[in-house]
Order: sequence, then structure tokens, then C-alpha cells
Amino acid sequence: MKKIANQGRNVNLIMGLLILCSFLLLMVVSFFYTPHDVNAMLVSNKLQSPSGVHWFGTDEFGRDIFSRVMKGTQTAFFVGAVTVAIGVTFGTLIGGIAGYVGGWVDEVFMRLMDALMAFPGIILALMLVAVFGPGMVNTSIALGIIAIPTIARIARSGFIQHKEFEYVMSAKLAGVSRFKIMFKHILPNVSSPLIVAASISFGIAMLAEASLSYLGLGVQPPDPSWGRMLRDSQAYLTSAPWYTYAPGIAITFMVLGFYMLSNAIRDIMDPRSD
Amino acid sequence: MAYIIRRILLFVVTVALVSVITFAVFQVMPGDPIRIMLGPEADETQIATLKAQLGLDQPLYTQYFEWVKGLFTGDLGQSIRYSKPVSELIMARLPVTISLAIMTLIIVVVVAVPLGVFVAQRQNKLSDLVFSTVTQVGMAIPSFWLGMLLILYIGMNVSFFSVSGYVPWTKSIAGAFGSLLLPALTIAIPQIAVKFRYVRNAVLEQLRLDYVRTLRSKGIKEKMVLYKHVLRNSMIPILTIFGLITAEVIAGTIIVEQVFGLPGVGKLLISSISYRDFPLVQGIVMYITLAVVFINFLVDILYSILDPRIRLS
Repeated sequence: MKKIANQGRNVNLIMGLLILCSFLLLMVVSFFYTPHDVNAMLVSNKLQSPSGVHWFGTDEFGRDIFSRVMKGTQTAFFVGAVTVAIGVTFGTLIGGIAGYVGGWVDEVFMRLMDALMAFPGIILALMLVAVFGPGMVNTSIALGIIAIPTIARIARSGFIQHKEFEYVMSAKLAGVSRFKIMFKHILPNVSSPLIVAASISFGIAMLAEASLSYLGLGVQPPDPSWGRMLRDSQAYLTSAPWYTYAPGIAITFMVLGFYMLSNAIRDIMDPRSD
Repeated sequence: MAYIIRRILLFVVTVALVSVITFAVFQVMPGDPIRIMLGPEADETQIATLKAQLGLDQPLYTQYFEWVKGLFTGDLGQSIRYSKPVSELIMARLPVTISLAIMTLIIVVVVAVPLGVFVAQRQNKLSDLVFSTVTQVGMAIPSFWLGMLLILYIGMNVSFFSVSGYVPWTKSIAGAFGSLLLPALTIAIPQIAVKFRYVRNAVLEQLRLDYVRTLRSKGIKEKMVLYKHVLRNSMIPILTIFGLITAEVIAGTIIVEQVFGLPGVGKLLISSISYRDFPLVQGIVMYITLAVVFINFLVDILYSILDPRIRLS
């Protein structure tokens, strides 16, 4: 039984890494090479079914779908990385201060985080995009703001737990500054749940970007986006079903990769969770 | 009682903060919203008239309190695009969204609870691996793409389903089902994939307890043990889950209405963002969030009534 459980953990780790490394490789390659020009339109070539020349077929402008899916990895990783960077930086800062300082600071910060979390994620994203306008950067910032409260809660509970520990007491007695205690002593000790949360946030951000782009309010053309491709493919659902497969499968696998990886990391870092 | 009072206070604070955030976000908007609304050709008198009409010449705190007053009286101002009251426009779309949400909730409960109980009885490490994979795929698949696949494979082949548009219940019950069932399934499938494991875990936790052994040793049939005793005792965690789902289902309707061309509140929100109809966007965001916060609040209260231990801890 234990063997199978370990295999389950390994399956998550191996599959997750395999999926994510494949997409990373695709992204790196797409900077230098795609089988066809990503934006070359040839109307006579439109809505071709998959073939040796066009592996995943062509879209309504005759553009190669495989090349566009490849290029889409850049957008997905960019949005995911910016979102996680914003979420982790501000989430750790807010949660860390709230947890370590406590008192009314904690109360004010966390009630604000509660209020942000009260909004359904997509509603908050739509509101921010409505106000600041669509596009790749604005989408990433909006999704980053949404990621803050979750990270902040996790950071806070870690800091609350650790501030009572002896190593913090002795650092205090040694006259180490508050800032140094928080970010040099406590942070490394509470980082594992934060890493798991960051990995999940990466997947969630990619899914949210795809949703916003599908609604026409996320990444704007000419930036290639899987969600945007799916939006465009809907009009040709019956006449060219392959158009919808490639970007849909790409999103699902990419997000799945991050979920699997985060599960594996959680199991490795916290064996008690079995 | 102390617990309930604390919950009520927390609810009030959350609602107040949500309203402040929703109000403030539209204040820090880059550029002059009035100019954006009216377009580049607008002259100064037009701008001044619209500003006065919307109350934007008042100080900020007056504007905020007017707006909050409007939230309670249902007067959230006029939509720019439709020149109609915001609340009237939302009310007109509400039946579609509520029908979709309720149908989704029913599907999730009817499938996820028996499925969770079923797999709890057949627990081993291999099935755990299979089920956790199902859950992860369910979480990873974008709902709008799932909707498109359902249209492609079911909607196009079975004439009962309409894949675009809405038939009101008053017009044809079968028609309403046909137009809502696929969108409801689109939201429900990922929810089922995630939530049946919560049910399974809740049931498993109960199965380990002493009273189950006593029941079994008394010779009570396994079905009776499961459905009469264990499921009833598992209701509290299950209830919380369905409180959480309600929020996710409401959020899900926004995207799925777009996929199936359903004229609900979500579709109104998306089109009002495209038309930069800010009073309408603000109103919809506020009402949807209020609904979600209120449902979570109700679940919390219900939870503490069902399980007195929560009030005491």
C-alpha cells in the first residue's frame, strides 16, 4: 500500500515536471523558431484540417494553429509569472507584517484581505480590467492583486506560529532588527507552504487569463493567447473542430502540470499530509 | 449567541469594505470617466451636464453615501448605454442567471453526494490515485472550453438542446430545460469532479467512528448504516461545501452565459464592460458580490445551528 502511495506521489512529480518542462521548451524554441510565421495570413489556406504541413490545421485567416499555440506559451508563462510575483511579494509582505506585528495592524490588514477574498475572483478581475483596460500587462496585474489575499493568509499563519519560537526570541535578545528577523530568520522557515501556494497560483492565473481572453477582455491581438484562440474558434466549431482542440488541450495540460507539481511539492515538504 | 453576533459583525464589516473597494476602484480610474463615456467629440457643457446628472460634482464622501443609499433602495443610477435604471436592467436578466445557478446546484448535489458515498466504500490507494487525477483534470479544464465541447458533441447532435439563446420557463418548460441543461452541466462537471472527494472524505471520517462499528455489529444493513446514519452525520462538512459551491457557481454563470449566448446578468456585465457603461458594471459587481457574501454568511449561521460545537469553540 505504501509503495503505491509513493508511486502516486512520484506520478504527480514526474508527470507535472514532464508537462511543464515540455511547455517551457516549447516557449524557449518559440522565441527563435515556429514552423510557420505566427501572423502570416493566407486566406486561400483558411480552416485547413490537420496535415503534415499544418500539424494542428489552420485558423480562419489561414494561420498555422500549431505555431500560434507555441507562441501562446509565452503569453501564458508571462501572465503566470507576473501574477505569482505580485501575489507572493505583496502577499508575504502583508501577511508577514500582520502575523508578526499582530494587534490592530493585523486586524486592519486581514479584514481588507477578507474583503478582497469576498469578491468572486473573476468578478474582481473583470472590474479591474473594466477600469484599467484590457491587455496582457493589465490582466497580469489584476490577477496578481487577486492572488494576494490567499498568499497573505498563508504567510500570516506561518509568522504567527514562528514568532513565539525560541530562535526568534534569541534573535530579538541579540538585538536583531524587526525587518531582519521577519525576512531573514522567519521567512525561510515558513516558505514551503508559500511555494506550494505559488505553484497553484501559477496554474490558476493561466486559467483566469484564458477566461478573460475568451471573454475578449484579457490579452488583445496581436499577442497570441490560447483563450483568445478558443474565442475565435467557437464560430467554426462544427466546420473546423480541430481549431478548438489544440489551444483547449494546451491550457488544460499546462494548468494540470502546475496542480500536479504543487501536490508533489506539498507531499515532499510535508510528509504528514498523507 | 456570541458566535452569531461575531458573524453578523464580520458580515457587516465585509459588506462595508466590499462597497468601499467597489466604489474606490472606479475613482482611481485613469483618465476622466465622463470623457471616456461621451467620447472625444463631447464639449464642456455636455460633460458638465452629465457630471451633474450622475452627481459627480459632489464631494467624494457624499457620492459614496449616495451610492450606498442607492444599494439599499435599489437606485444605482442610470445605465449610460441603455438609458434605463441599472437595477431594472439587472432584474430583467436575473431569472436566467438564477435558473441556471439553481439547476447547476441541483445537478452537483444529486451527482456528487451519492458518488462520494459510493467511492468511500471502495477506498484503496489505487482508486485514490484515479480519483485524484479526475479531480485535478476537473480543476484544470477551462469551463468555457468544456462548454464548447458539450456543444460540439451533444448540443449539435441532440435536437432537444438549444446551443444558443434562452427559452423562458413561462413559454415552454421543455424549451427552458433544453436551453439551460448544457450550460448547467458545463458549470457542474468541474464542481462534481472536485467536490465528490469532500463528500468521500467526510463519509470516511465518520466510518472510522465507534458508532458505525456498533451499528454493524448489531447487524444493521450496510446501506442503512451509510445512508441513514453516516450520511446524516456527514451533513455538516457537506453543507459547508455547498455553501462554497454557490459562490463558484454564481461566478461560473458569468463565463458560461457567454458561451451559450444566455441573456443573463453575466452577459450583461461583459457587454457593459465593452461599452464602458461604468454605473452598470459597478452595480452588477456589487450585487453579485453581495449575493455571494450573504450566502456564505447564511451557511456559517446554519452551520453553527446544526453543530453546537462550532458556537462554543
